[in-house]
Amino acid sequence: MVKRSKVRVLIAKPGLDGHDRGAKVIARALRDAGFEVIYTGIRQTPEQIAESVVQEDIDVLGLSILSGAHMVLIPKILKLLGEKGIKANEDVLVLAGGIIPPDDAQELEKMGVGRVFGPGSPIEEIIGFIDETVPKLKKFRGES
Amino acid sequence: MINELIERMLKGDKRATARLITLVENDEEKAREIVKKIYSNTGRAYIIGITGPPGSGKSTLVDKLIKKARDEGNIVGVIAIDPTSPFTGGALLGDRIRMQRHSTDPGVFIRSMATRGSLGGLAKATNDAIKILDAYGCDVIFVETVGVGQIEVDIVKTADTVVLVTVPGLGDDIQAIKAGLMEIADIFVVNKADKEGAEATMFELELMLDLEKDKWQKSGWRPPVVSTIAFTNKGVDELWGAINEHMEFLLNSGKIKEKRKFRVREEIKAIVSSKIARKIGEKMGEDDIAVLIEMIAKREIDPYSAADLVLEKALGVKV
Repeated sequence: MVKRSKVRVLIAKPGLDGHDRGAKVIARALRDAGFEVIYTGIRQTPEQIAESVVQEDIDVLGLSILSGAHMVLIPKILKLLGEKGIKANEDVLVLAGGIIPPDDAQELEKMGVGRVFGPGSPIEEIIGFIDETVPKLKKFRGES
Repeated sequence: MINELIERMLKGDKRATARLITLVENDEEKAREIVKKIYSNTGRAYIIGITGPPGSGKSTLVDKLIKKARDEGNIVGVIAIDPTSPFTGGALLGDRIRMQRHSTDPGVFIRSMATRGSLGGLAKATNDAIKILDAYGCDVIFVETVGVGQIEVDIVKTADTVVLVTVPGLGDDIQAIKAGLMEIADIFVVNKADKEGAEATMFELELMLDLEKDKWQKSGWRPPVVSTIAFTNKGVDELWGAINEHMEFLLNSGKIKEKRKFRVREEIKAIVSSKIARKIGEKMGEDDIAVLIEMIAKREIDPYSAADLVLEKALGVKV
């Protein structure tokens, strides 16, 4: 397993909804699990998020969206990351949380989102998924 | 891999720069290799330390100062440090929130760092991260410490100008004359100056500085006390002015050289200590240490003699 304190997680809220309780709870829980968590707060543009991923050299990007705009915002973020040479599932694990219907979740996972976690997802499940997936990233396989 | 990253960094590639910072944070051997290779490209950046208690407004002030530095055409780097939990090893880094408007500015690079066991107010790899941002091309680098108390003064070994941010209502004039943090500031800031007691705090600081007349007459620099309300930008021009004045003072008086030599001396000391600690870890297993602890517990040996034995075994010389 990759040492959690060397895994950098960015928790961001793209778009216009200001409900950040969920994002803060997740950020705090990941901190308690031993991860290095960067929290950038609400009302982030896709550009700000993609640029933060670069500068902070993030391994896991957690996006929390409750506004319903996930099918616009998340693909935009993935596209911007791609333009910077950052591939989902290879360079960074992208997770999404919030109110996202199952059909949309499926589509997002096809686009490169590692997993969509809906309301009520146990935190252990999220942590388990990160522990399991992060070692597959290029950085931890020593390839980049 | 490292050579390629350095090459890309020197051409201004942010992703390579970010990856190099990760490497110096995670891997001492690689840190050594990277610093060796980029060292000739460093020494250009001016380093401004921002320190002060938690919640005093350091991040918000840095956000405003980035703007001032950018307006003058500088390439700006920021290293913002928050604490690692001593219990879980986890960290929540939240300084970036206040500075996110600069995220997409190509002339700004912001990096959050966790202390990872370091206790002096900085992260373990802060100095190496500064070198990387310096070589990357930053003209000005802001280093924001963790929220500090009285004795976390490592920033003085890192920054050219140290700005101490305080707020009204933290204590009386006795706090202002205590040793430690209050001694390291080149500039004092009383932030949240719209709060009750701001004038009293300004007055107490000025009084403290007047009592230290000998000290600053000798050094040639009397630290100014600037009042700000970071949130509304009030006093930020004055603070930026004071920082520039201090920089000019250091450059004109030649004191910048002294300061940077002091920094290198401290850096060598830190590297030597960390190497010895690592050597001990390599040469002495937990079992060896446990044996010594047992002997000390039985009063067969005292802690000083035990320490001598540890060093002897690790370094192979009598100490």
